[in-house]
Amino acid sequence: MSYDTVVVGAGLAGLTAALRLTEQGQRVLVVARGVGATHLAPATVDVLGYAGDARVESPASDVAALVASSRDHPYGHVPAGDLTAALDWFRARTEALGYAGRLEENLLLPTALGVPKPSALAPRTMSGGDLRMGGRFVFVGFRGFKDFHPTLIADNIARARLPTPISARALELVLPAQRRVDMSGRLIAGQFDTENLSEWLINALRNRVDPDERIGVPAVLGLRRGDEIWQELETRLERKVFEVATLPPSIAGIRLFDALTNALRAGGARIVLGVRAVGARTTRARIDAVDVANATGTVSHPTGAVVLASGGFASGGIELDSFGAARETVFDLPLIGIPEADRVRFAPGYFDAQPLAGAGVGTDDLLRPVDSEGSPVFTNLHAAGAILGGAVPWKEKSGTGISVATGYAAARAVLAPAAPAVAESVP
Amino acid sequence: MNDFIRDSLDHCVKCTICETYCPVSQVTPLFPGPKYVGPQAERYRGAGPSADASVDYCSGCGICTQVCPQDVKIAEINSRARAKLWEKRGVPLRNQMIARPTVVGRLGTPVAPLANWALHNRAVRGAVQRVVGIHRDAPMPSFAGRTFQRRSRSHRGPVDAPAVAYFHGCGTNYYEPVLGEMVVAVLEHNGFRVIVPQQDCCGLPLQSNGNFPAARTYVRRLVDHLAPHARAGLPIVSNSTSCGLMLKREAHEILGIEDDNLKLVSESMFDLCEFLLRLHERGALRTDFGSLPLTVPYHAPCQQRGHGIGKPALDLLALVPDLHMIELDVDCCGIAGTYGLKKEKYEISMAVGKRLFDDITATGSDLAACDSETCRWQIAHGTGVTAVHPIELLYRAYGLDRRTRSGLVTAEAQPTPVNR
Repeated sequence: MSYDTVVVGAGLAGLTAALRLTEQGQRVLVVARGVGATHLAPATVDVLGYAGDARVESPASDVAALVASSRDHPYGHVPAGDLTAALDWFRARTEALGYAGRLEENLLLPTALGVPKPSALAPRTMSGGDLRMGGRFVFVGFRGFKDFHPTLIADNIARARLPTPISARALELVLPAQRRVDMSGRLIAGQFDTENLSEWLINALRNRVDPDERIGVPAVLGLRRGDEIWQELETRLERKVFEVATLPPSIAGIRLFDALTNALRAGGARIVLGVRAVGARTTRARIDAVDVANATGTVSHPTGAVVLASGGFASGGIELDSFGAARETVFDLPLIGIPEADRVRFAPGYFDAQPLAGAGVGTDDLLRPVDSEGSPVFTNLHAAGAILGGAVPWKEKSGTGISVATGYAAARAVLAPAAPAVAESVP
Repeated sequence: MNDFIRDSLDHCVKCTICETYCPVSQVTPLFPGPKYVGPQAERYRGAGPSADASVDYCSGCGICTQVCPQDVKIAEINSRARAKLWEKRGVPLRNQMIARPTVVGRLGTPVAPLANWALHNRAVRGAVQRVVGIHRDAPMPSFAGRTFQRRSRSHRGPVDAPAVAYFHGCGTNYYEPVLGEMVVAVLEHNGFRVIVPQQDCCGLPLQSNGNFPAARTYVRRLVDHLAPHARAGLPIVSNSTSCGLMLKREAHEILGIEDDNLKLVSESMFDLCEFLLRLHERGALRTDFGSLPLTVPYHAPCQQRGHGIGKPALDLLALVPDLHMIELDVDCCGIAGTYGLKKEKYEISMAVGKRLFDDITATGSDLAACDSETCRWQIAHGTGVTAVHPIELLYRAYGLDRRTRSGLVTAEAQPTPVNR
C-alpha cells in the first residue's frame, strides 16, 4: 500500500507527527515494533525542567538559553513559534483529557517518590497537584499496590524545596474485595472503569479529609473513564483531587496513547504494531518506499515522506554493540554525540554526565538527519523524538516536550518541504 | 530447536507493557500475566516443564508479542511452555478432541442434522460439559452437511486464467462452505482460476492445546498438499487468518519446523484480504462495486494482527460506495480458538470478550465483520448480531449474490445468520 507519509515509531513523537499529518489530509501509516514510552511515562509534557542543576520556572524563557549553549539540541531545530504552536495543538487534540498548563510557567507536580517535578502541561486529573500554591496535602495509597507509598511521598514532599511551604500527610486505604495479592495499576484502573470503585473511594475519604486539604491519589482512576471518575471525585467530595503519576505501567500515559491512536484511526490512518521497519528503497537522496518486515517477509510501502521516531537506546532506535559501536537501526543514519573510539564511553556513576547521553541523529532545521557535512541524507526523511541527538532528556526533563515539539515540527516540514530553513531558534 | 524464541527473553526490560495489554490477566487471577509467565518464569524452566501450571491459562492471543517494544516472543515462549507442561501430564481427552477439527468434522458431517440437534440441545450440552468438559454455553457452529471440498468438486470455473490455490481451512469446509463459495466467486470475478487442493487441519488447535508432536504431523501433511502449488508459483490464499498465520510463521517459530516445503508455502501464503489489496495496489482489482448502504463495525482478530499486514479488509471495504466501516479498538474477543470452549475457561473468555461485545452493541448495527471464524462465532454468541467475513461484504457489493454466475452460489446457499 502506498502512503503520503510513513511514520516509524508509535511513541509520543511518532503519534504527534502522524496525527498532525492525518488531520492535514495525508494518508499515513504508522509502523512500530511495539508500543512506545507513553505506557511508561507519566503523561505530562515536560518541555524543560532543569537547566543544569537549577529548576526551570519558565521553559519559555530558558529554552533559548539552552539552545544557545548547546548547538545540536533538538529545540534548536524547532522553528520559532512552533513550540508554542505544538503545545496549543496538542492541548486541542487531547481535549478530552483536558491538559492544563502553559509554556510560560512550569507546574510542579509530586512524583510517586515525593519529588516535585516540573512539567509544562499535565492532564487535568493531575494538574491539581501543583505544589507551587502551597497548602495542605493528603496523599492516599492503596495497601498492596506496588511502588506507591503515601508515607514516602508525604515525607519527601514535606522536605522538598518549594516556593511556598506545604504540609503533607499520608493515608492508606484497603481496596475492597481484592481477588489477588499482586495488584497492578492496570487492574485497579480496570476496576474503577467497571466496578464502581469510585463510590467506595468517595465513602472512604469523605470523613477523613479536611475541606482545605488537597487529595493526591495514584493515577489509576480508570483507563477508559479516568477523566470522568476524577471529575466525579472532585464534585462529590468537594475537595481538590489530583492523580499522582505512578511507576510503570502509566495508566495516564495509556489514556494519552488511546486518545491519540483513536484520533488517528478516526482520521483514517493505519497503525501496525509488532512489525519492524528495516530499510528503504531510495533514488539518490530520496526515499521512495519503506521496507517493513512482517510475519513472512518484507513489504515495501511507497511513500512521499518518512518520519523517523523510533526512539533512542532504550527503544532500539539506536543500538550499541559490545565493541562500543553505535548504529541507527532502520536507515543506518550517521550519528552525533558518539565519543571517539579511544575515549571513555561510560562514566562510573549512574547519574554522572554520561558521554553517550546525547547520542542520536543530528538534523538540519527541517529535522532532516544530516551527514558529517551537514547535508540531509534523504530530502524527505525527518526525525522526531528520542532518536534526536544533542539532548539529555532525563536530566533536562525535556523528553516529552521534545517529542511533541519535534513531532509537530517534523509534520510541518513534511507538509511544507519547500519552506525556507528557519535559522532563528525558539525565542 | 530455533532458540531465538527463548533467547528473546533476554531483551525483556520489565517495562510491563505486555501486562497492560493481556486480556486474560485483566479478568482472572488464574493467569498472572504474560511477563511473569513468559520471560520471567522461562528463565527458571530450563529443560524441564514449567513448575507453574498457570501458563495453561494463557489464551495464546499473541497481543503481548505484538505490543512488546523489545521484540520478546512472549506468546511463543508461553506456547512452548504449555506444550512442555502437557507433555509431562498428558493432554486430556477433551483437548485432544477439540483440537482435531478434521476428525470432528468428518464425524459430524454425515450425521449433520443429528449432530446439530445435539450441539444445540441443552440437556446434551449439559451432559457433554459434565463428561467431556466443554462448556454448555460455548459457541458451537453447525455442521453444513455438504463440505466445501465436495461442493467445489462440481464447480466449473474459468479455464484460461491465472490460478490461485485456495486454503479454505476446516471452518469453511465443515461449517461455512458458503463462505468458501463467496471467496471463489470473488476471486473468479477478478479473473482467477481457483484451485482447491486437498487439505487437512493446519495443526494450530493441537499446538494451542499443547500437543506439539501431533501438530507437527498435521502441518507437515497440509504443507505437502500445498507445496506443489507454491512450487508452481501460485499464490496460496486463505480466509482463515489464524490458520494462515500458522503456515506463515507459527509452525516454524513455535513448533520449530525446519522444512523446505513449509518455507515455500510460508512465502506463498496470503491472507485473503491481503491478497486482494495487493491486487488493488497493482490496479488489478475490479472495482465495479454497487452501493452497500450499511454501517458495520469491524474487529481485526488478534491472530489477524499477528500477520503484521495492517487491516487490509478496511482498505478494501473503503472502496465500496456507501459502506461505512467502524474500526473497533479491542484486541481480543476471548475465544482464542478452542480456549473459550473449555468449561474452566468459558467465563474468562466471555469476560475478555465483553468489551468487544459492548462496543459492537453500542454501534447499533445488527451486522459485524471479522476475519476469523471462531471469533465470528464468539461475537455472534456474545452480541446476537450476525458476524460475517469481510469478503461477504465485498461479494455483496460486487452484486455476486444476485448474479450467481459462478454457478456455485444459489439462493438457498445464501449466508444464514451464524449460529448462536
